[in-house]
Amino acid sequence: MELLLLLGMPAAGAVTLGFLGARRYAPELNAVFGSGTFLAACALTARVIRHGNLLLGREQFFIDPFNVFLVTLTAFVGFTTSLFARPYMRVEMEHGRITAGRLRLYHSMYQLFTLTMLVALTTNNMGLLWVAMEAATLSTVLLVTLYRTAASLEAGWKYFILCGVGIAQALFGTILLYFAAEKVLGAEGVTALLWTHLDAVKTQLEPAVLALAFVFLLVGYGTKVGLAPLHNWLPDAHAEGPTPISAVLSGLLLNVALFAVLRFKSIMSANPAALAPGPLMVSLGLLSVVFASFMLYRRQDIKRLFAYSSIEHMGIIAFAFGMGGPVANFAALLHMTVHSLTKSAIFFTVGHAAQKAGSQLMDDIRGLITLSPTIGWGLMVGSLAILGMPPFGVFASEFLILTTAMKQQPWATPILVVALGVAFAAIFGRVQPMVFGETSARRLPHAPALLPVFTHLAIVLVLGLYVPPYLAQWYRAAAHLIGGR
Amino acid sequence: MRLAELVTQVLEIVAALVAAPIFLGWVNQCRAWLQNRRAPSIWLPYRNIRKLFHKDAVIAENASPLFRAAPYVVFGTMVVAAGIIPSMGTRLPLVAAADAIALVGLFATARVFVSLAAMDVGTAFGTLGARREMMVGFLAEPALLMVIFVASLISATTALPAISEHLATQTLGLYPSLAFSAIAFTLVLLAENARIPVDNPATHLELTMIHEAMLLEYSARHLALMEWGAALKLFNYACIGFALFVPWGVATGELGPLGLLVAIPALALKLALAGAGLAVIETVSAKMRVMRAPEFLASAFLFAVLGLLVHVMLGA
Amino acid sequence: MAHTTFDLQLLNACAALLLLLSFAMLSQRRVVTLVNLLAVQGGLLAVATLLLAWRTGQHHLYFSAALTVALKAAFLPWLLHRLIRRLEVYWDTEPLLNISGTMLMGLLIVVFAFGLAQPITQLASTTTRSAIGIAVSVILLAFLMMITRRKAMSQVVGFLSMENGLFFGAMSATYGMPMVVELGVALDVLVAMLVLGVFFFQIREQFDSLDLHHLESLKEHD
Repeated sequence: MELLLLLGMPAAGAVTLGFLGARRYAPELNAVFGSGTFLAACALTARVIRHGNLLLGREQFFIDPFNVFLVTLTAFVGFTTSLFARPYMRVEMEHGRITAGRLRLYHSMYQLFTLTMLVALTTNNMGLLWVAMEAATLSTVLLVTLYRTAASLEAGWKYFILCGVGIAQALFGTILLYFAAEKVLGAEGVTALLWTHLDAVKTQLEPAVLALAFVFLLVGYGTKVGLAPLHNWLPDAHAEGPTPISAVLSGLLLNVALFAVLRFKSIMSANPAALAPGPLMVSLGLLSVVFASFMLYRRQDIKRLFAYSSIEHMGIIAFAFGMGGPVANFAALLHMTVHSLTKSAIFFTVGHAAQKAGSQLMDDIRGLITLSPTIGWGLMVGSLAILGMPPFGVFASEFLILTTAMKQQPWATPILVVALGVAFAAIFGRVQPMVFGETSARRLPHAPALLPVFTHLAIVLVLGLYVPPYLAQWYRAAAHLIGGR
Repeated sequence: MRLAELVTQVLEIVAALVAAPIFLGWVNQCRAWLQNRRAPSIWLPYRNIRKLFHKDAVIAENASPLFRAAPYVVFGTMVVAAGIIPSMGTRLPLVAAADAIALVGLFATARVFVSLAAMDVGTAFGTLGARREMMVGFLAEPALLMVIFVASLISATTALPAISEHLATQTLGLYPSLAFSAIAFTLVLLAENARIPVDNPATHLELTMIHEAMLLEYSARHLALMEWGAALKLFNYACIGFALFVPWGVATGELGPLGLLVAIPALALKLALAGAGLAVIETVSAKMRVMRAPEFLASAFLFAVLGLLVHVMLGA
Repeated sequence: MAHTTFDLQLLNACAALLLLLSFAMLSQRRVVTLVNLLAVQGGLLAVATLLLAWRTGQHHLYFSAALTVALKAAFLPWLLHRLIRRLEVYWDTEPLLNISGTMLMGLLIVVFAFGLAQPITQLASTTTRSAIGIAVSVILLAFLMMITRRKAMSQVVGFLSMENGLFFGAMSATYGMPMVVELGVALDVLVAMLVLGVFFFQIREQFDSLDLHHLESLKEHD
């Protein structure tokens, strides 16, 4: 019931907004559907807490601690982003960057995007997971090109083709997995793609095929995670699309793609004869961290800057999951949560700041603190949080990851520390003059939505100081599910 | 039975010598019909050869002995090749002498001598033709070898008669690898025998010619041998094609007069059809620029390798 | 090999032709022909599915074959032809690598694909397992085509050809995926093409050409 509501809400939203998306009250309607989805997610979570794992809809949907926490996070950020988009999109319209028709497209696709992510998270069928991931790409392609500028079209094309190729590889990986599972689960083929069944027989699956499948899946979904050498689409798509889309791409889509990788990793790592997935993820993660932190230098575009920061953090998370074990997994899950909250909060402030300055170039954005103290402080605090300053949650998770790395991968620790230092210098050096310094910006016709920013940052702060026991319980359960190696 | 084999062997070589010019004549005749021209006599190549034998040879002053020797070498290799290729029967005494790979080597020898002789006198056309001939050869030979490899892999031997026998006696089926090889082989045949998309056998003194350019300095009996050699080459290629792709009708196993009685008409029929087919290809396709020839041969190579890969992958 | 039945031989012939088609696409410069080749590929895929359905008696494969014909052999090529006419993109004259070089690379890729498919082929119990290598080759060749082409239209054809290869792989390794997944994939492909259609018009509107040359301004050092 809760699940039906959870998936029905954005579906209904997509249809309704497809008709009404251009109306004056459409942004509010969007927020209402977002809040509905969030409430449904909360109800679903409550049910999972009470009754444990759920298997619904002829085994096609499966809810466990791991995905229910991501479902809640997704629904929450989806909701707050719709709150942020309310004034943001109005300003964009008044600046003449988008038309009413495109606003309708935006609203409808936004809901559809939420739906595909929720389906990807909750489905038990690895084939449907693929379908939902592809649909997530498709629903956002036209959003990235919403402004129809040359740059946005290029970004959209890159996004489409790179993710299309990536996702095709993931399909091949899925086929291989099906092939391996079918040998064990029988040739009817109905159950062989269901994760719960796969999980039950994971030690019997053929190691060679499994290894091949995992490599394809890692490369395929890894493209969507934005791991380095496959990250090319990510900065462009983030920089050229409307800011709410940057926020959900960074905060949610990357998580969901990583979730897909982890689902397969947990099958893989339980099979002692198969290739260990850990080292693969560790090296891809480390590469992304190092690459992204050096790319942070010489950025001109503020959204691009934070897009690279997302690559860096996804690298950290992949690295931590690659190490495996309860502590690293716990830390990585915590990092997923706080990164998603902080990064979307940053994009919210960045969106408003860029609107005020009339440009996304960092050199044009100056003196936010005098113009709008809340936005200025929001950006400052958000940047400090994402850079891993105590007492924010990012500090806690990065600290845990680093200490685990010292024990498990001592060689990687200095590299990580250096990369984090470089990232710190790069981002802080750019943000500081934007927040302080002389202003040149204008007032906006609509008051910025600051509630989402500070809610996110407050949660991140709380998570840095104290992880509530039920949340910790979740994380531990999820960490256990993901497993080691 | 040794005698029967010996007889077949001699018969094959004699038949090749006799039939090669006729085959060439038949191709020319078909082409003429297809182009709505009055067809020349099928015996025309014979008359040419006879006429040339009766003339006095003129040889360039600076020609080396190699220039004189080349026609005999070329003609000789083609006759030997005709002896190896199982056009009528598969049990031949000469078979032990050379397998299919050596056969490719024989063709290469002939090519080297023709080219060397063409460069020997030092005329511009000769050198040009030789260079082009080598370019065609270095692309066509690997393709031909690949074609032979596919057939060898299927029949597990490199001896051409054994391959032919294996293919003739196995159960009928679809062999994509052989189909690809056949396409590749046809392309190689066209290029190697200076047929139309690559070269035009009917014209002289054209800047695009390959084969004819090399023969410009020859006259009389030397030219006759060269042309007869070229006709033999075409005949040989056709027979290799029959052996690999349409081996039915060839006398397999123990030889007897009965086998030959089937084999000779079968060969005649296949030759007639192949000649007509060749004429059709030559009529419908346009001569390519010389620079495109590598592309043409690359596709031949591609087909051959695809055939090989398909065989390895599908086992068919 | 002499003992294989005729329908299996036909399937093998289909596989071989699919491989040949991949190379034909790789060498083709005319966009219209490229789309026609894609349609033929879809048709062949449907024939192979039909043969397999008949051979194994799995009913969902009949359905799958019908879907393939409708979508991949008919609708998508029709859509692409329409787009080509409307957008007037007929030639992809400047591949990044010359044709012979691409072909040679293609051959190497087939060898590589064969090696890659070897472990799967050995484990598969289907009668069509030998075609897995071909399916992997088709996928990788389509990938090569996407890399070496400049025009958006050729890249899309490459993308669809890759999808076809994936289907063929799924079929020859496991007699097809569960129906719900296949439907989902087909739906995604369909939507992807519709999105692309819209997208092409946007590009066209902006640049007056579908050449990806124009889409190279977003460098890393912006």
